[in-house]
Amino acid sequence: MDAPDSQQFEALSVEAAAVVRQESAWQRVHRNGAVRFGGVALAVLLAIALAAPWLGTVDPSLFDAGSRDLLPGKAGEITTLEGETIRHTFLMGSDSYGRDIYSRVVYGTRVSLAVGVCAALVALAFGIVLGLCSGYLRWLDGVLMRVMDGLMAIPAILIAIALVAAWRGSLVTVIIAIAVPEIPRVTRLVRALVLTIREEPYVEAAIALGTPTWKIMLAHILPNTVAPLVVQGTFICASAILVEAILSFLGVGLPPDIPTWGNIMAEGRAQFVQFPHNIFFPGIFLAVTVLAVNILGDGLRDTLDPKMAKRV
Amino acid sequence: MFTFLARRLLATIPVLLIVAVLVFLMLRLTPGDPAAILAGDAANTEQIAQIRAGLGLDRPIVVQFGIWAGKLLGGDLGESFYYKQPVTALIAQRIEPTLSLATLTIVIAVLVSVPLGVLAAWRFGSGFDRALMGFSVMGFSVPVFVLAYILIWLVSLKLGWLPVQGYQRLADGFWPYLRHLLLPSITLSIVYVALIARVTRASVLESLGEDYIRTARAKGLPELRVLVRHALANAAVPIVTVIGIGIALLIGGVVVTESVYAIPGLGRLTVDAVLARDFPTIQGLILFFSVVYVLINLLVDLSYVFLDPRIRY
Repeated sequence: MDAPDSQQFEALSVEAAAVVRQESAWQRVHRNGAVRFGGVALAVLLAIALAAPWLGTVDPSLFDAGSRDLLPGKAGEITTLEGETIRHTFLMGSDSYGRDIYSRVVYGTRVSLAVGVCAALVALAFGIVLGLCSGYLRWLDGVLMRVMDGLMAIPAILIAIALVAAWRGSLVTVIIAIAVPEIPRVTRLVRALVLTIREEPYVEAAIALGTPTWKIMLAHILPNTVAPLVVQGTFICASAILVEAILSFLGVGLPPDIPTWGNIMAEGRAQFVQFPHNIFFPGIFLAVTVLAVNILGDGLRDTLDPKMAKRV
Repeated sequence: MFTFLARRLLATIPVLLIVAVLVFLMLRLTPGDPAAILAGDAANTEQIAQIRAGLGLDRPIVVQFGIWAGKLLGGDLGESFYYKQPVTALIAQRIEPTLSLATLTIVIAVLVSVPLGVLAAWRFGSGFDRALMGFSVMGFSVPVFVLAYILIWLVSLKLGWLPVQGYQRLADGFWPYLRHLLLPSITLSIVYVALIARVTRASVLESLGEDYIRTARAKGLPELRVLVRHALANAAVPIVTVIGIGIALLIGGVVVTESVYAIPGLGRLTVDAVLARDFPTIQGLILFFSVVYVLINLLVDLSYVFLDPRIRY
C-alpha cells in the first residue's frame, strides 16, 4: 500500500476529529434533562402525527348536519364518504359544520410538524449558502449583508403575510413565506462562525496545502458550524409552527379545507362564547408542541453550544 | 456626539432603501400584471391603464422604482382601492388604537419584567429564579391568540371584570378607553415580559459579580439601593436593547391581538388589506412599520449615551 498522500491524510484527520467530537457532544446532549423532556414530547407528537388514522379518528373533512356543535365527549353520528352513517364519540366535541374536532386536531399535528421542520430546513439551507458565501467571498459580503439588514428591519410576520398574499396560500408557499424572514438570522450566524473559523490553524494549513476554496468551505468550515445551526434550526422550527398557526388563524395561511390548528381555531372564533372547546383543544396542542420544541432547543443550546448559552 | 448622531442617521438610509426595494420587488415578483393587482379585482380597463401610466410600467424597472420612490419621499404611499382613499390617510385614522395598545403594553411589560428579572438574578438558582425561567419559556411558546382567548374566557366571560372586545377612543373618556385596552395589552405583554425578564436577569447577574457591588455592600448600603442604583443601572444597556429589538415581536403581536379583540387599528388594517389583496395598503403598512422599527432602534442606540456615561461617541 502506498503511503497516504497529503490529501488523504488530511481527510482522515478531519474525520477522526469529527468522530471524537460527535461522541462526546452526543453523550452530553443525552444526559441533559431539557433535551430528554423536549425530545420525548416531540416523539409522542410525531407518533400521533404518523398514527393519526389509527387513533380512533374519522376523516377530518367529514361533517354531519345532525352532529353540529356537540360538546366534548358527546356521541353523535357522522356520514362517511361512502354514504354510510356511523356512530362516533366526539372526544373534543364538534364544530359548527358537525366535523370532529379531535380528528381535525390529530391530523393537524401532521401539518404543524411538517411546516415547522420544512421551514427550518429551508431557512437553514439558504442561510448556510448565503452565510458561507458572505463569510468567504469578501466581495459579496457588503452587498449581501446590507440586503439582510433590510430584510431584518421588516417584522417577520409582515413578510410572511405579504408573501402569502402575493402568492396565495398553499403548503409550499406558506413554508417559504415563513422561512424567508428567518434567513437573515441564519446567514449572520453562519457568516460570524465562518469569520472565526477561517482564522483557525487547520484552515490555514488546508490553504497552505493548496486545497481548493470550495473544499475548504464544505469539508473544513461547514462541519464546525453544525452545532450552533442545529440549535438555531430548533428555534426556527418552534417559531415556524407558531407563525403557521397565526397565518391560518388570521385567514391568510393554508386554505380552510386543510385541517390545521390555526384553521380549527379560526373556524371556532365566531362561536367562542358558547363553545370555547373549538379553540382550547387545538390551542393546547399548539402551545405544548411549541413548548416542547423550545425546551429541546434550550437543552441543545446548553449542551452543544456553551458559548451561546452564556450570551443569552 | 454630533458626528455620531449624523453618522448613525446616515447609516439608517441604506437600510430603509433596501426595505423600499424589497417592498417594491414584492409586487413585481407576484405573478400577474402589477397594475391589475394594484387596481384590485373590481377595476375596469380604463382604471388599470391609468395606474399603468402612473407607475410607468412601460419603462425599465429601475425607472419604475425611481417613480415609486419619488412618490414615497413626497409622502405618497398610493391609494387603497378597497377603502378608496390614500394609504397615508388610512394610517392616520387607525394609528390611535395601535399606538395606545403598543404604549400600554411596553409600560406593563417593563414594570413587571424588570423587577422580576432583578429579583431572579438576586436570588440566582432559587425556586423563584427557576420558576421565572420556566415561565419565560412558556411565554415564548403560548401563542398570543390562544392566550387572548384564555384571558377573555377567564377575565371577561367568567369574572366579568373587563369588556370582551372592542375599542373606545380616548376622546370618549379615559376610563372606558383604559378598560378596553387593558386586556389586549396584558395579553400582548406576556411574550415581552418573558423576553425582557430573561435579559434583565442575565444582565443584572453579570453586574452583580462586579467589584463595585462588593464595595457598595461593604459601605453598608441598603440592599435595594445596591440592586437598583448599582446593579440595575449598570445592566441597563442590554435591557434597553432588547426592548428595541422586541418591537418587531410587538408589531407581529399587534396584528394578531387587534384581530382577536376587534380593535380597529393598524394591525387589523393589515389583516383586512391582505384578505382583500389590497396591495397599496399592504405595501404602505409594511413600509410604515419598518420605518418605525428602524427609528425606535436608532433611539435605543442614542440612549446608550445617557444610560452609560462610559459610552462616548
